[in-house]
Amino acid sequence: MDGNVEDFTETRPKQAHTMSEMIKVDCRNIDVFYGDKQAIYDISLAIQDRAVTSFIGPSGCGKSTFLRCINRMNDTIETAKVSGQIYMDGADINDHSIDPVLLRSRVGMVFQKPNPFPKSIYDNIAYGPRIHGLASGKQELDEVVESALRKAGLWDEVKDRLQAPGTSLSGGQQQRLCIARAIAVSPEVILMDEPCSALDPIATARIEELIDELRERYCIVIVTHSMQQAARVSQRTAFFHLGKLIEYGDTEQIFTNPVDSKTQDYITGRYG
Amino acid sequence: MNSPAPSPSEKGSFGSAAAMKRLKQRHRAEMRFKLYGQLAIGIAIVALVTLLISIFGQASSAFSRNVLTFDVRLDAEQVDPSGERDPEAIARNVSGFNLLLQDNLAEDFLPGETDRARLRELYGMFTRLAVLPIARKTAENPEIIGTGQEFRVALADDIDLYLKGGVSERKSLKLGEIQDVTGTLDDGIDVTFADMKAVEDLRSALETFRERSEGDNQPAALIQLGETWFRLQDIDGRTASLTYLAGASTMPAAGTNASTLVLEQSEENRTVSDRQIAWTMLLKEDGRVKSVFNTSLFSHSDSTYPELAGTAAAVVGSLWTMLVTALLAIPVGIFAAVYLEEFATKNRMTDLIEVNINNLAAVPSIVFGLLGAAVFINFLGLPRSVPLVGGLVLGLLVLPTVIIASRAALKAVPPSIRDAALGVGASQTQAVFHHVVPLAAPGILTGSIIGMARALGETAPLLLIGMVAFVAEVPDGPTDESTVLPVLIYKWSTGAERAWEPQTAAAIIVLLVFLVLMNLIAIILRRRFERRW
Ligand SMILES: Nc1ncnc2c1ncn2[C@@H]1O[C@H](COP(=O)(O)OP(=O)(O)OP(=O)(O)O)[C@@H](O)[C@H]1O
Ligand SMILES: [Mg+2]
Repeated sequence: MDGNVEDFTETRPKQAHTMSEMIKVDCRNIDVFYGDKQAIYDISLAIQDRAVTSFIGPSGCGKSTFLRCINRMNDTIETAKVSGQIYMDGADINDHSIDPVLLRSRVGMVFQKPNPFPKSIYDNIAYGPRIHGLASGKQELDEVVESALRKAGLWDEVKDRLQAPGTSLSGGQQQRLCIARAIAVSPEVILMDEPCSALDPIATARIEELIDELRERYCIVIVTHSMQQAARVSQRTAFFHLGKLIEYGDTEQIFTNPVDSKTQDYITGRYG
Repeated sequence: MNSPAPSPSEKGSFGSAAAMKRLKQRHRAEMRFKLYGQLAIGIAIVALVTLLISIFGQASSAFSRNVLTFDVRLDAEQVDPSGERDPEAIARNVSGFNLLLQDNLAEDFLPGETDRARLRELYGMFTRLAVLPIARKTAENPEIIGTGQEFRVALADDIDLYLKGGVSERKSLKLGEIQDVTGTLDDGIDVTFADMKAVEDLRSALETFRERSEGDNQPAALIQLGETWFRLQDIDGRTASLTYLAGASTMPAAGTNASTLVLEQSEENRTVSDRQIAWTMLLKEDGRVKSVFNTSLFSHSDSTYPELAGTAAAVVGSLWTMLVTALLAIPVGIFAAVYLEEFATKNRMTDLIEVNINNLAAVPSIVFGLLGAAVFINFLGLPRSVPLVGGLVLGLLVLPTVIIASRAALKAVPPSIRDAALGVGASQTQAVFHHVVPLAAPGILTGSIIGMARALGETAPLLLIGMVAFVAEVPDGPTDESTVLPVLIYKWSTGAERAWEPQTAAAIIVLLVFLVLMNLIAIILRRRFERRW
């Protein structure tokens, strides 16, 4: 990855692997308004490549809103106005020259509720590669589909029924299908907005395992309401409160030794 | 479990007395509501069934038709006086063919008759244009001229109606053998019946009809003796005096079997004369008059005579009109809906457009007719009475319906599907056309077909653009003068003759069949689209 390395030593304690030091997405002074209502107040945050970053915070604090800035999904909400700069590999993604469609093929997204297309499992995965022309010919497409499903740990469960509708899978399988769908367009960043909130503990564990595997190849950002989940899967954690970034650092440090008292209160379950 | 066992007082009761009472009230309210619902559905079903029964009851007689079969040699002198074998001239030579038919009938029933009124009575069993199909057939195959042919012609509507049980109440009775005959056919005969009981039956039938009818109406009795029909003049004891009506002109012999047809209406009060009835009965006994399926209802175009009128031109006109309507309303409607729902930014302008579309859907259809007449005919100079203009007017009429239905269908597609598509990097257009529109397709389709069904049944706007013209030819294209089914129904329903009534009902059934077919297509398409997901 050719991410631009910047000096963030002040806000970030030193890390064991130099690879993780690379910044993939660098957000600076982000403000988001929904109409007149401000949802995000001047947030600056740098997200590392090949690591999992989790966003935590009480409901309505702007985690989803901020996440959606990273792949410009807020563009689809008419009332939403985003200001500030977000650099991905050094390029400002809010620049006019950057097409959001191109951006979204590099920044995949997994939503809170599994939302497979009402098509076959195969077509769910193949859709992205098809529209981006990532595979030429049936043979290659088959390979892309298989590898995406393998990476999402779903291949063994669905290999015999690729033509079955995606909606016929269980909730957990559907969510993994959505992850596979995101992986299939070979993104560099994967955004996940509460990917496990609709799943049971076993399916959740399966997804967490998967996130851990994917970390080696992608830059992953996950929004979660579960402290344990944040602690389990992420290397970095950001705590949001009322549209502001309160604290951002190594997960271990945030959970064991938070600087801000609000963070302390939140992770110990005093509010939120 | 370690919870204590319930005390006996609590056993079997889930709540306090007050709670039970409330529960009972709630159950009663639910029952009441269910009853209201069932009542509403019951009323709807009764209304529908009544409508269908009355239409089918009226139409049933229009689906069969009485025709006369007659053998004739196509005399070249009569059929093609010019001798040029010009198909158009032959087809137009209705009088020539009529003469053939009339001579054929006169030979059978009134040989050597010179009384014009009597002949006219015989010829009146057919309308002048009844031979038109024969003329056309001959024109198509001129080689049959000069050969003997068997043809079928439709009986006049009144005779047809009589055979179907209309015109007058009637009763048929067997009178047994006759004992004695005196007199002559010319001056009237006296007949003595053997069976007193049968004569009593005849008397009582006459009496019942007389009591039932008002004014100075006198029931009539026609008596058949062998091959000959008589009119009953007077009856005294077992002896009746009869006058000759029609049939074999030989004196009936003693021992001949007699039967009678008692008619409630006197001859003056009927559209069919005694003699015409007698001729018809003779023809029927011969097997020359038969009831056949009324194919002309589907194969003929409009006519001033109900027995010759058919829906063919109107059906084809309706199809052309629907084609134009569909080509205008469906694509424009769907694209407008997709644009408004998926792409347009919500602002004053789109709000205004939305309000106006909703208003437009409620505009009375006749207003669209006025608009069509003003814009398409007066301003753009398109011809009157053509499916092109009719289709354009109806297209504008159903456009709002299609837009509203399509927008509702698009709105019903969950936003998560759009997010999913955008999330993998599909453009707005790709998300809409790859995912949203296919998911909304069943709804869009249903809306479009409902709109088309409405257009198919519209009458008022088409009257204003002149599609009510009399059209005797099946239109060949959208710029040919034509009419449509609902307008035809409207026209037929205003016809003066009784025979238009079943004809109208039959045309209504044709229209209903079309509507059912369209809805069926909608259901099948919807099933197919839905199964793909
Ligand atoms: N489409 C929208 N239009 C207007 N306001 C919105 C919209 N989406 C979110 N908001 C507002 O922005 C604020 C942040 O919302 P957001 O969804 O980002 O919160 P969140 O942290 O993801 O909450 P949760 O944990 O419940 O998902 C909330 O106050 C919310 O009311
Ligand atoms: Mg959220």
